[in-house]
Amino acid sequence: MTTAISVSGLTRRYRDHLALDQVSLEVESRSIIGLLGRNGAGKTTLLRILAGQEFPSSGSVLVHGAAPAENEAVLRRMVFVREDQTYPDFRVRHALRVASWFYPHWSAELADALLADFGLPAGRPVKKLSRGMRSALGIVIGLAARAEVTMFDEPYAGLDAVARQIFYDRLLADYAEHPRTILLSTHLIDEAAGLLERVVVIDRGRIALTADADDLRGVATAVSGPMLAVDEFTAGRVVWDRRRVASRVSVVVVGGLDEADRLRAGSLHLDLTPLTLQQLVVQAAAQPADTLERTSA
Amino acid sequence: MPDVAGLEEGTPLFAQIAGRLAEEIADGGLAEGERVPSMNELAAFYRINPATAAKGINLLADDGLLEKRRGIGMFVASGARRRLLGQRRERFAAHYVEPLVTEAARLGIDTDDLIALVRQSLQALPLTSQGGITV
Repeated sequence: MTTAISVSGLTRRYRDHLALDQVSLEVESRSIIGLLGRNGAGKTTLLRILAGQEFPSSGSVLVHGAAPAENEAVLRRMVFVREDQTYPDFRVRHALRVASWFYPHWSAELADALLADFGLPAGRPVKKLSRGMRSALGIVIGLAARAEVTMFDEPYAGLDAVARQIFYDRLLADYAEHPRTILLSTHLIDEAAGLLERVVVIDRGRIALTADADDLRGVATAVSGPMLAVDEFTAGRVVWDRRRVASRVSVVVVGGLDEADRLRAGSLHLDLTPLTLQQLVVQAAAQPADTLERTSA
Repeated sequence: MPDVAGLEEGTPLFAQIAGRLAEEIADGGLAEGERVPSMNELAAFYRINPATAAKGINLLADDGLLEKRRGIGMFVASGARRRLLGQRRERFAAHYVEPLVTEAARLGIDTDDLIALVRQSLQALPLTSQGGITV
């Protein structure tokens, strides 16, 4: 495996706000990475810097071994589709043609197929597209570019569930045939969870967690039942988010459960519900830094 | 996404993929010597990352249940079904009998009643499935 993106000590400061604070990150080429975190956590700033659209205050960013800013050779190898991407006053087909000139691996065939999938009229002026259709156009360009580094920043404003499913399916299908490095920043974590090979969670400008997406499955489990039984079961374990109603208690237990734990929970009449990736990220954000790193290590 | 292919939260996806394939082999849906779906076919069907699907396939291959034929793909190894059914029998008590007995005790169903209930269920089974799975 080779490194596609290497970020080291990256800091971005705006006047009195620290958008990124000493971020270091390595991304392997040919993988799909989920960039997760709350609004304002620094995801977009990171992607903009990777895409050469913004300069770091300090630290270094290398994409395929070179700094992306003002480096056309590197920029042609990457595509960045942002939320609410704007376009010049073009028709859809012109926007695609312009993109085809820029990206060396552009697939007109894929672009046409995606237009049909999303029902995008090629002759319509981009200005007259609905918000969802404009998002779809961004997705078409992002996928058809077949760029070695492909970045989507919340690409689906205004897209309904059906269109988002088309996006996930086409992304997977084309990735299978043309593997590349894909960074997807998203709030719809559970929808995209299965697609991701790794996740990077950003919180307040810092990397809160990087992990294999599959390793996070089963890392946290909601345990609920009678208070005494829950207390007995969770003694000595890392516990988050304890809640109580009458004599019933629900807590989140961090750390995997084995077969013996499950049998014991059964005999204590406890309900076990694994946390989804989205719930896990929400819970992790509410904890002191490093809690998850320590428990999943 | 609560997905149509029915994968669960809480268990690593690669383990679930391996489990699904093993189940299909044990039930005879994938015959010995038959080609197993490729990582990309599994990725598309389950809507998961191809690397995750590959990890699931490799888990069974490392266990000798699948064998690689260079350039063609993965195939169900001979003897795989017998081995999988053997493993299932070993787990039968822990997975089925113990929970049954525990719940019966919780409800105050005594041993004779429990056995009678099991007999009743057996009698309700269609005749063809009473012989069990033959290998």
